[in-house]
Amino acid sequence: MNRRKFLGAIGAAGLTITGAGKVLAGEKPVMGAAVKDVEGLPDSYAVLFDSNICIGCRQCEMGCQQENQLPEPDVDFHDPRIFEQTRRTDWKTYTLINQYDDEAPGVGWLYRKTQCMHCLEPACAHSCFVKAFSKRQDGAVVYDRKVCVGCRYCMMACPFNIPAYEYHIALDPLVTKCTFCEHRLLDGREPACVEVCPVRAMEFGTRTEMLNLARRRILDNPDMYVDHIYGEHEMGGTNWLYLSPVPFPEIGMRMDLGTTPAGNYTSGALGGVPIITAFWPVLLVGAYAIARRKDKIAREERDQYVSRMIAQAGPEVGRKLAERLSKAQELDQAAIEEEVRKALAEAAAKTESEEAH
Amino acid sequence: MTNQHNEHPWEVKSPWITPFNVVAALIVLVGIYLTYLRFTGGLAAVTNLDDNYPWGIWISFDLLCGVALAAGGYTTAAACYVFGIKKYHAAVRPAVLTAFLGYALVVFALHYDVGQPWRLAYPIFVQQGTTSVLFEVGLCVFLYVTVLFLEFLPAPLERLGIKRVRNIMIKLTLVLTVFGVILSTMHQSSLGALYLILPSKMHPLWYSTHLPIYFFVSSMFAGLSMVIFESTLSHRWYHNRMDKSHLEGTPHVTFGFAKAAAWIMAGYFFIKFFGVVLNNNWAYLNTFYGMIFSIEMLGFVALPAFLYIKGVKTRNIKLIRWTAVLTVFGIIFNRFNVSLVAYNYHLPSEMKYFPALAEIGVTIFVITIGLIVFKFIATRTPIFYELPEYKGSH
Ligand code: SF4
Ligand code: SF4
Ligand code: SF4
Repeated sequence: MNRRKFLGAIGAAGLTITGAGKVLAGEKPVMGAAVKDVEGLPDSYAVLFDSNICIGCRQCEMGCQQENQLPEPDVDFHDPRIFEQTRRTDWKTYTLINQYDDEAPGVGWLYRKTQCMHCLEPACAHSCFVKAFSKRQDGAVVYDRKVCVGCRYCMMACPFNIPAYEYHIALDPLVTKCTFCEHRLLDGREPACVEVCPVRAMEFGTRTEMLNLARRRILDNPDMYVDHIYGEHEMGGTNWLYLSPVPFPEIGMRMDLGTTPAGNYTSGALGGVPIITAFWPVLLVGAYAIARRKDKIAREERDQYVSRMIAQAGPEVGRKLAERLSKAQELDQAAIEEEVRKALAEAAAKTESEEAH
Repeated sequence: MTNQHNEHPWEVKSPWITPFNVVAALIVLVGIYLTYLRFTGGLAAVTNLDDNYPWGIWISFDLLCGVALAAGGYTTAAACYVFGIKKYHAAVRPAVLTAFLGYALVVFALHYDVGQPWRLAYPIFVQQGTTSVLFEVGLCVFLYVTVLFLEFLPAPLERLGIKRVRNIMIKLTLVLTVFGVILSTMHQSSLGALYLILPSKMHPLWYSTHLPIYFFVSSMFAGLSMVIFESTLSHRWYHNRMDKSHLEGTPHVTFGFAKAAAWIMAGYFFIKFFGVVLNNNWAYLNTFYGMIFSIEMLGFVALPAFLYIKGVKTRNIKLIRWTAVLTVFGIIFNRFNVSLVAYNYHLPSEMKYFPALAEIGVTIFVITIGLIVFKFIATRTPIFYELPEYKGSH
C-alpha cells in the first residue's frame, strides 16, 4: 500500500464515525444535536424557581427525600447549621438549598435550590456510552440503572456538577441525581419538592408557560429581578429555570457556560473531518523524516555491499561496482543485488580466463 | 554493551528466585489485598475519588498514559510494514507485544475503576451510545486489542510449531498494521476528545478544540520514545535472548525513531504554540497554571526534541536513551495536566483530588502484572530473536 492510499484509508475511517445521534427516549425520538428543530420541547414540563420567594425552609429537601425514599440525611432537615457550608448534590441528596447572603445561617434572605437542571440537550446523555441517560419528551432526564457501566463520564461531563456516585457501594453502585419525579410526571403531577414548598417558590407547567411567567415577573417588578432567565439558553436551554434578585454568579450559577449545547462540542471531533485535515501535515512530516532515514539506510547498505565486494573480489571489481552504483542513485535493494551479482560473475569470468591462460 | 550475541537465544533458562521475582511477588500480594478491598468496600475504600473528581489516576495514568505509551505498537509496525523500513523489523515484535499487553492492562485496570465491570462490553453489544466520545474510545480499544493480539500471535505459534496458522497470520500482517494505524488514530485522538464536552471545567491553556489532534500527535512520539526506552531496558535484561539481527537492528531503531520523534515533537510544539496564539491565551502564561504549561512545553517537548536531534547528530546513543525517558515523563506530565490539573482548575485547593496510597498501589500492581507477563512471554517465545526455520520470513 503506498503512502497516499494509506492516508486516504485513515481519512475514510475517520469519516465513518459521526457525532449526531439520539439522546431522546420515548416513542418519538429526535436527533440530539438538532433539538432546535423541535424548538426546545416547548410542551415539555418545566419548573421555575424564584430566589426572591424562597425562604430556605428546606421542606423541598425533605419532600424529595421522602418521595424518593432516600437515606436519612447526615444533618437534620431543621438544623440551620447546614447553611454554614456550600453543598453540592451527593448520593443521599438529589436536591438541596444553599444560602448565599452574609446573614447568620438560616435567617438570611438569599437562598437557591440545586438539583438536576434537566437540560434540553443533556451533557450526561450525550456523554454516556451506553445511553443510560436519556431525555424524555416530557422534559425529564432519566437514568437506566440496568445498563449503566459506572464509568462516571456523565459526572465529568455535566456542566452543573449534578450527578453523584455511590462510591461506598462495592457491587452495583449507581449514579444518582434528581429524576424530575419522573413517575409523577407520567400522571401530569408536579414534582414532590414543588408540591411541598410552603411559599410556592417554584411553579410547574410547560416550558413555554414557565418562560412567559418568568418574563412577566421580570417586567412587573424590574427592580426585584436581574433581567435574565437562567436556563432559557444556558447550555442549549434547560427545563428548570431560575429567577434571581442578584446577578446569578452570586447565587453560585455560572454565567460563562455559554448557550452551546454540550453535544456540539464533541460532534465535530466525532465527525472526524477536522482531525484528519489538521493532523495530515504533521503526520506527513513524521513520515517524511522516516522516509529520509530509509533512503540513508539504503545508501549505507549499498556502501556495505561495495566494501564487502572489495574485500571478496579484489579492489578492481569493487571499484567498478562502486562506479556503476553511483551512476544509478536510485537503486533499490533488488537492483543493488543484481548489480552485485553481475560484478561477481564478471570477476569470476575474469579469474577463469586468467587461469586458462 | 557488548556486541557478542548468543547463537541459541531460545535455549536460555532463567532462575526462579531473582530480585525481580521477589519484589514482583510482594507487589502482587499487596495488589490482591487491594483488589479484595476494592470489591468489598467499593471505590471509597481504596480511592480518594469524590463527586467532583469522578476520574482519578486510574484514568489519568492507567488509561490515558497507558494508551499513549502503548502507541509504540502502531508506530513501529507502520514504520516497518507500511513505510517499508525493514531495518526496524527487529523492533516490531517487542513493540507489538508491549502494545498488546499495554492495552490488555488498560482493559484490566478499567475493571477496577468502573462500577459494573461485568457490563464493560455493554456499550458494544447491548446499547450503543453513539453520541459519546467514550463509545468511540471503547469500540476502538476493543477492536485494537483484538488486532494486537492477532499481530502478536505468530510468536507463540512459531514456538508451538503451528506453522499453517502462523503463515496465515503473517500474510495478514499488512492489513492488520493498517487497521491498527486507523484504529489508533481514532482512539488516541478520542482520548483527548473526551475532554471536549466539558469546556467549563477545563483550564483554557489545556482546553482546545484541537485536543484530539494534540493527543494523537503526542501519542506518536510517546510511542517512538517508549520503544527506545524499552529497548534500553530489554538490552539490559534480555541481552542473552537477542539474536544477531535484533542486536544489529537496534541502533537503527534508536537513531531513526529519535529523529522521527524530534520532527513530530517540533510539529507538536508549534501546533500547541499556535493554539495559545489562536485562543489568545497569553495572559494565562503569567500565572501558576501558565508556569506548569510552560514547563510542560519547554522542558518536556522543546528540550527533548532538541536533545534527540543532538543525539542523532553526534551519534550519542546514551543521550537519546535518556531523552526517551524525559519524553515519556513529559507525556505522563501532559496527560496528568489535562486530566487532573486543568480539570476543575477553579475548585479551591482543599477540594482538589490527590490519589490515595491504595489507589497508587493498584496502579503499581497493574504495571507489575504487565512486567511479569511480558517476562513470561519474552522468555518463552521468539520476541527478541527469530527461530532458525522462520528466519527472514516475515
Ligand atoms: S444538569 Fe447535568 S445531570 Fe442534569 S440533565 Fe443537565 S447534564 Fe444531565
Ligand atoms: S456512569 Fe453510567 S450513566 Fe454515567 S456515563 Fe457511565 S454508563 Fe453512562
Ligand atoms: S420548600 Fe420552597 S421555600 Fe422551602 S427551601 Fe424549598 S424551595 Fe425554598
